[in-house]
Amino acid sequence: MAAVTAETPSATRPLTAAVHGDRSMTSLAFLVVLWLCLAFGILVLAVLIVNTFLEGRERIDTTLFTNYTSQITPETAGARAAILGSAWVIGTTALLAIPIGVAAAAYLEEFASRKSRFAHFVELNVQNLAAVPAIIYGMLAAAAVVAIGIPRNTVIAGGIALALLILPVVIVATREALRAVPQEIRQASLALGATPMQTLQRQTLPAAVPGIATGTILALSRAIGEAAPLLLLGGLVFVKFDPNGLLSGFTTMPIQIFDWASRSQAAFQQVAAAASILLLFLVIGLNGVAIVIRNRYTTLR
Amino acid sequence: MTTINAGAGPSTTSRGLRPSLQPPVSLRCSRPRRAEKLAYALLVAAAGVSILTTVGIVLSLVLPAIQFFREVSIVEFLTGTSWTPRFSDQAYGVLPLITGTLWTTAIALAVSIPIGLGAAIYLSEYAAPRTRTVFKPVLELLAGVPSVVYGLFAVAFVGPVVLNGWLGIEVQTFSVLAAGLVLGVMIIPTVASLAEDAMSAVPRALREASYGLGANRMRTVLLVVFPAAISGIAASIVLGLSRAVGETMIVAMAAGSQAKMVTDPLEGGQTMTGFIASAALGDSVQGSLQYNTLFAVGLTLFVITLVINLVSIRLVNRFREVY
Repeated sequence: MAAVTAETPSATRPLTAAVHGDRSMTSLAFLVVLWLCLAFGILVLAVLIVNTFLEGRERIDTTLFTNYTSQITPETAGARAAILGSAWVIGTTALLAIPIGVAAAAYLEEFASRKSRFAHFVELNVQNLAAVPAIIYGMLAAAAVVAIGIPRNTVIAGGIALALLILPVVIVATREALRAVPQEIRQASLALGATPMQTLQRQTLPAAVPGIATGTILALSRAIGEAAPLLLLGGLVFVKFDPNGLLSGFTTMPIQIFDWASRSQAAFQQVAAAASILLLFLVIGLNGVAIVIRNRYTTLR
Repeated sequence: MTTINAGAGPSTTSRGLRPSLQPPVSLRCSRPRRAEKLAYALLVAAAGVSILTTVGIVLSLVLPAIQFFREVSIVEFLTGTSWTPRFSDQAYGVLPLITGTLWTTAIALAVSIPIGLGAAIYLSEYAAPRTRTVFKPVLELLAGVPSVVYGLFAVAFVGPVVLNGWLGIEVQTFSVLAAGLVLGVMIIPTVASLAEDAMSAVPRALREASYGLGANRMRTVLLVVFPAAISGIAASIVLGLSRAVGETMIVAMAAGSQAKMVTDPLEGGQTMTGFIASAALGDSVQGSLQYNTLFAVGLTLFVITLVINLVSIRLVNRFREVY
């Protein structure tokens, strides 16, 4: 707008341009404020990463990976049990959440009729569960595994808690990915004689894989950093052994960090920061992978 | 043979299919597809998991909470101003925990609403597409940072360095203010993301009509786009509210563990989630009154967030319907 008025002779320029144009003081001030809002978020993120790195960099060494935690010698305490525990729990979470989430989304998106009361009720549940506090899932998982006779502080209990936590996220992401698959692909498949299930399995789902992968990776990266539900499983704080199965005891990176951070010695704070760097690295890496997948496939389509 | 049965009966797999996808009747499969029916049943079962989860949550909270309310009256629980389940002189008034949650949530929203909406307006109305593809994921990373890392940041940096040092605000080691501020940063992307979706969904025609009438960009944003997207923006705020109420690790690490009526944000206080976390780490015997307090507080938290969520779901569904 301003560019257009600048070309016209000054006699025809609207007199109010200085007050009401896009280059007026208030407009520019407004833009600066908006820009600062965005910059604030990014700045805090940068400060958080730099600060954590500065606090923990001296403890990023091999002992962090090979040693178990210790109550007496924080200088050599390591996160070995926590790293392996996180891997076990996240593996279990993925194996539970991805198939169930994708299947539920496929039902809601591809099979449920618009009038189905069951489908509507499921949708309402998914929407609500997405915003239920994480810690509540810990209470549910603890009660559920105890009810079927499994101890609370086991890998499977942790996996169940985190899988139920991220299930709504996986379902919503998968539904969006399925919705983005052109209807013609389904119609062509059905016209060639494929059953609806074959259409889903061989056409619709494969076409939706990039979207599903993006959503699932983001959901898992959230699960990796989540500690609250696992606190409810009890007895996870001081673990000095490698987890070796679904019924094994475990601790995870966030819980180990929480435990170290709550101790007063400075050396514990330092190793907590060092472990935080690992966790941040992992989460940022996963987010990066998810974004690359998303960008690559949205530009192709 | 079975062929006839299957041909005559309705095909289960296509029963719920949308009309546009319904194959013509004559093309119904001529042999039984057991695997197909099984697969369909599995999909329905997977969808049912979310219903089971809700039922499971309600049962696992309500049953121990009933035990708790047999010994403590609901009136005392909801109106008592002293929360000392672990002391010899036990009192079970949940209000101190609720004031803790109110303060951290209010501070968090005071940070995340203006900043989240500002960022959303910039990304939706001003940023070039390329800028958006770079900055949106970076901003969303704020929601991806693990909450224990935020907790550590609040205790080790925001409290002592930013508040005490740079700003000269005398906060205690554990303070509601530091926890609330960091919590607010964490939910900026929650607010920004949904608000941006809502504003991007406002039809271009509305903006162009506004430009045509001579309004500049700022007036168009504030007087046309923002009001048109208001229900989505409200939903983004309500969702942020629900996140702030339910977040655990930041408040457990940074707000302190002393349950008292919070009147000064510079002091520490315990929130509902903070209490659940610290009680879960404690050594109370399963089934005891002390242990059941956890579920009474958990149920209160669940009911509060449920109400908030239902409001937000209604708002989201409304803004999806408008355009």
